Amino acid sequence: MMTIKMKKGSSIADKIFKYVAIGAATYVLVIIALIVINLATGSAQVWQKEGISFLTGSDWNSVDGRESYGAAPYIMGTLVTAGIAMAIAIPLSFGIAMFLSELAPKLLRTPLAMVIELLAAIPSVVYGLWGLLVFRIYIQNWIEIPLHNLFGDQSIIFAGTPFGLDILTASIVLAIMIIPTIASISKEIMLAVPNSQREAAYMLGATKWEVFRIAVLPYSKSGLIGAIILGLGRAVGETMAVTMLIGNATGAAAFPSSLFGPGQTLSSIMANEFAEASQGGLHLAALIGIGLILFLLAFAINVVAHLLVAKVIKSHEGAVLA
Amino acid sequence: MITVEQRAEFRKHFRYNVGRRLVLDKVVKCIVFLCVVVAVVPLVAILVNVFSNGAAALSWNFLTEIPGAVGSNDLGGIGPAIQGTLVLIGLSSLIGVPVGVMGGIFLSEYGNNKYGRTVRFFNDVLAEFPTIVIGVFTFILIVLTVGGFSVWAGSFALSIVMLPIVMRTTEESLKLVPVTYREAGYALGIRRWRVVFTIVLSGAKSGLVTGILLSVARIAGETAPLVFTILGSSQFIQGLDGPIDALPLRIWRLSSLPYDSSVTQGWGAAFVLIILVLSINIGVRYLFLRRKGQTLLKFKRLGSMS
Repeated sequence: MMTIKMKKGSSIADKIFKYVAIGAATYVLVIIALIVINLATGSAQVWQKEGISFLTGSDWNSVDGRESYGAAPYIMGTLVTAGIAMAIAIPLSFGIAMFLSELAPKLLRTPLAMVIELLAAIPSVVYGLWGLLVFRIYIQNWIEIPLHNLFGDQSIIFAGTPFGLDILTASIVLAIMIIPTIASISKEIMLAVPNSQREAAYMLGATKWEVFRIAVLPYSKSGLIGAIILGLGRAVGETMAVTMLIGNATGAAAFPSSLFGPGQTLSSIMANEFAEASQGGLHLAALIGIGLILFLLAFAINVVAHLLVAKVIKSHEGAVLA
Repeated sequence: MITVEQRAEFRKHFRYNVGRRLVLDKVVKCIVFLCVVVAVVPLVAILVNVFSNGAAALSWNFLTEIPGAVGSNDLGGIGPAIQGTLVLIGLSSLIGVPVGVMGGIFLSEYGNNKYGRTVRFFNDVLAEFPTIVIGVFTFILIVLTVGGFSVWAGSFALSIVMLPIVMRTTEESLKLVPVTYREAGYALGIRRWRVVFTIVLSGAKSGLVTGILLSVARIAGETAPLVFTILGSSQFIQGLDGPIDALPLRIWRLSSLPYDSSVTQGWGAAFVLIILVLSINIGVRYLFLRRKGQTLLKFKRLGSMS
């Protein structure tokens, strides 16, 4: 009888290999932990001085001796620009996704999907450059001036002389930037709906729109919400294009009241004022504190998005999403 | 999911109002088509504008020379920016690729437990982080400690941006290698680490290369982390502990100058950057993604810009 000699246990090389792999995976967790710790300690100074009024105040003064920092206008600016951008981007991206998954002829489907995915890869600074040099002029002449002339300064949201570098332009360019992201994820989610669902509805005599409404939409709902929230996460964290277009007001003036007024977001104030802040000063601590607020906001948004999208994967085995 | 009661209701609904429903269908189709047109026009306009304006700025001098003094007649070029972007890509890959690939190996080979799921989750979250936060973090961790802006700091920040992409794509492509390949290796008495390196990794080669290239395309266009870490410079690289220039940073600086010549140069730099990013993306899609089809969906999404 033949016997096979087997070595017992695993070799040292295997163990080393496993620990190196674990180490590399742990690196990600360490980085996230370090980000939290560093942002918290770096901004401790400003939290001590301002306390809760760093979140609620609107003063922003970096002159020595009169230093005072409140991030409320920038938090509002981030929420307003991201909100307007989402309001524009969601219907348009769902339209694109529906067109690509339900309506488009085969010949058009692949090239259009490819173009949209490539557009998601264009660096944001290029969107910003285009917005600053080209798009701004169209917005100013075709949208802002007519609206301003129509409603005038009496209306709050259309008040102020249209200049092109304002909350409206930044929001629209932001929408243009996140449309490819939301559209391509939603398309994949809609394509993951089994055809038997559609066929059942067709069999009952439903039109294309009704098929979409009663068969595709309910099935892909939570995945689509996940796609929206991922888009929101990008809109909130987007820096360069917004910095170039929003007009960069500071302090109370940055409170978003008029669409045609300059504003400021959490990320744009960091990019703008960072070069002026001296090391070890309160100004730098305030900017880092803003980074911490942005971090927490983006972290919460992303956690919710990934939980939702992960749910879709679990409930529909085989659909590769998220 | 349609229940029996719903079905009866639908059937009743569908039998009547045929004319109105067909009209509604047409209206919705028109709206959807309009959505596509409205969304695609600005997106295509960006490409057309960058290509037409950027091509005009291109010349050999523009690609190789250092920038001229601001506002002077001597325009100079964007040589240091191109060099800087390439150096940054190389150095951040040096950190990001090995760690990312090893992390991906962990997730696919050892990651089927609670710790693996935790890492996977936070990795996904890190992939979608605002990159400016990563920039601020690197600024505190390295620039403030060392006391100066440096190529290293920039590379470290960009390696954090690319790490989750490499890790996730590695995991996905290792999982596509059939278990039977691994079992065949074990049956021959090969150690686990050798099975992973010689059998699994070579089977997943094209997926790995795709992930790495897409992450390179992504970091090539990142601006926000660089503002805080490399500062920008108008000279060619002096040393790895000094400041350096990069294409996205140069575009930003040029766009804020009030001269026509700098605007033209901005378009030129954007043109070079877009060619770099899109050629990687298109090349990767053409070479690898077409064959694998649907399975590599995730790559496409992770490679896209924030």
